[in-house]
Amino acid sequence: MDKDNEVVIKAGKSALHYWREVWRQRELFWILGKRDVMVRYKQTVLGVAWGVIRPLMTAMVMVFAFGKIAKLEQDSSIPYMLVVIPGVIIWLFFSQSLSQISNSIVGNGNLVSKVYFPRIIIPFSSLLVGLLDAMIAFAMFFVFCIYYQFIPSWHIIFAPIFLFLAYLGAFGAGLFASVLNVKYRDIAQIIPFVVQFGYFISPVAYSSERVRNEWWYPIYNLNPVAGTIDGLRWCLLGDFAEFNWQSFIPMLIFVAISVLFSIWFFRKNENSFVDHL
Amino acid sequence: MKAISIENISKKYILSHKKKKYQNLKESVSGFFTELFTSKDEEETKEVFWALRNVSFDIEQGDRIGIVGSNGAGKSTLLKILSRITEPTSGQVKVNGRMASLLEVGTGFHPELTGRENIFLNGAILGMKQHEIRSQFDEIVSFAGIEKFLDTPVKRYSSGMYVRLGFAIAAHLEPEILIVDEVLAVGDSEFQKKCLGKMKDVSSSGRTILFVSHNATAIQGLCNKAAFLQKGNLIKYGEVGEVLHDYMTSISKFQLQQNWETPEEAPGTDQVRIKNIEVVPEFINGSKNIDVRTPLKVNIEFWNMLESAHLNLSMFLYNMTGECVFNVGSQAKTFSKGLIKGMLEIPGNFLNDGSYYISVMIVKDTADPIFFMEDAISFDVADWREGTNWYGKWPGAVRPINIPVQTWKMDGLI
Repeated sequence: MDKDNEVVIKAGKSALHYWREVWRQRELFWILGKRDVMVRYKQTVLGVAWGVIRPLMTAMVMVFAFGKIAKLEQDSSIPYMLVVIPGVIIWLFFSQSLSQISNSIVGNGNLVSKVYFPRIIIPFSSLLVGLLDAMIAFAMFFVFCIYYQFIPSWHIIFAPIFLFLAYLGAFGAGLFASVLNVKYRDIAQIIPFVVQFGYFISPVAYSSERVRNEWWYPIYNLNPVAGTIDGLRWCLLGDFAEFNWQSFIPMLIFVAISVLFSIWFFRKNENSFVDHL
Repeated sequence: MKAISIENISKKYILSHKKKKYQNLKESVSGFFTELFTSKDEEETKEVFWALRNVSFDIEQGDRIGIVGSNGAGKSTLLKILSRITEPTSGQVKVNGRMASLLEVGTGFHPELTGRENIFLNGAILGMKQHEIRSQFDEIVSFAGIEKFLDTPVKRYSSGMYVRLGFAIAAHLEPEILIVDEVLAVGDSEFQKKCLGKMKDVSSSGRTILFVSHNATAIQGLCNKAAFLQKGNLIKYGEVGEVLHDYMTSISKFQLQQNWETPEEAPGTDQVRIKNIEVVPEFINGSKNIDVRTPLKVNIEFWNMLESAHLNLSMFLYNMTGECVFNVGSQAKTFSKGLIKGMLEIPGNFLNDGSYYISVMIVKDTADPIFFMEDAISFDVADWREGTNWYGKWPGAVRPINIPVQTWKMDGLI
């Protein structure tokens, strides 16, 4: 038996070959993700159709509230629906990933207290559900493109990057919350609140051009969703939404710092999860 | 080759006892806010609880270890540390080889998913690769006996089917080290037999097993070594029979006699009270301890406080796994108030070696048990044999020498 197989269990030290172990158990990542997807629409009449209904309703309500009532559509040279959908795609993906990740450890408490595997696989695997919904929302965008006879920009090839950045943003914040949630269930109260009102402070239903000249714009950009939505609009709408470095750079910094910090924080605490569950 | 070496493992839990400070809602609201802004409240008392304390032992590859101990002895904590679910407060464990732990049957089963989907899910959670599960799939299904319900959500399963499926998946894991906790406590006896058989197969293939169970027979049958934990300390580690004996001794106070001077302090009811109960060995050939050859006399004395009672005395003999070896009773007779004595003899060369318990029941009118004294006496029968080269455990609940097997040569050629 090779020496590599030896595992030393002792206080304050997670496994030496942590990431290698994560890699070895990558199948578990798929299986857990697949489970979340499969379970999602079990015993529903409409099934996967909900994946279309949610973004569609959200986008329609926002077009109505922001476009028609607040009359923002007057400034838009393209159908307002097309401006809103990229925002909705990112926002739903971000908020869903954030809720899933932050609840992942407590929600899978039965696994955490009965079997060992690198715990970080659980929050990682929360990606898949949101990703599937994002794909469906993308398909919806193309249907609207055909309807409005709009040709998306070639920038669309960069869209996966922004989707991934949105995920990392949710992962950084959510992972930190998931660790705290184990000990302080207050987090479970805060997250729905953030999800409920977060889209007002992100350029979901309006273009960030409207707030770009305000003095508080740099603070506004601390919200990582702003940068990713700007980015996705640039990908999908091309000339109608210019690339915004002002929000892109703070978003990158936020994502890098939050992900690294959260992973450190998670690893530091993961071995004591079971004592608090 | 060491599979697991456990070095000075301790695990500490802090229990905090909060006193009830507030009597009404107003007080608790204001109390909450003062607590929020003051650093620490003094009324919380903390108690340190050691679930495990300086436990060390080595497990060789291929060993089948049984872990015994009463509730709260630290068995589950030890398994949790070994299976890396929680970490020790101090000390370390070195594990060599692929390990799978089964602390619960059907971990991670999702009620909404079908049996088929859950096999893959649970297998992956327990550390199986997808292709391994696929290659064992049919065997798992037939072991669990759920062929017809493969595409039914497990929430519609009976609890027996659920457990069978869970065990079937786990049984088809092929780890080098398998950790099992009390899973045999569930399921019907047929299935338990199947589980034990499967675990025997696993162990005979040279894999290391750690097994926690309250079922001493299962541990005796399956394990070659055992560890006895008590209040977080390792009391004994070694050959399974010796450890089980110590464990059994510790949970039963071994004694050949119990005696009470007056009816006031004696155990019993208003109707009868036990005065004396004892086992008297009739040692032969100058031996000093009870072995399989020793005849035993059991004396029971009790006070009858009923005027004219139709009573009989019944005695139960249990072996150490709690099975009743036999139950015998006296003829019912009418007694007046006073001290009554009963006696019986267990012949030598009848009981097998092991630990035994005696319980006594006093029955009124041949139907109404008025007092049952459980585990009143316990004693140990040592092994003794001659004319054999077999030194393993002699099988059987009893070892009656007066049922001889006869052999003779018959006429005829082969």
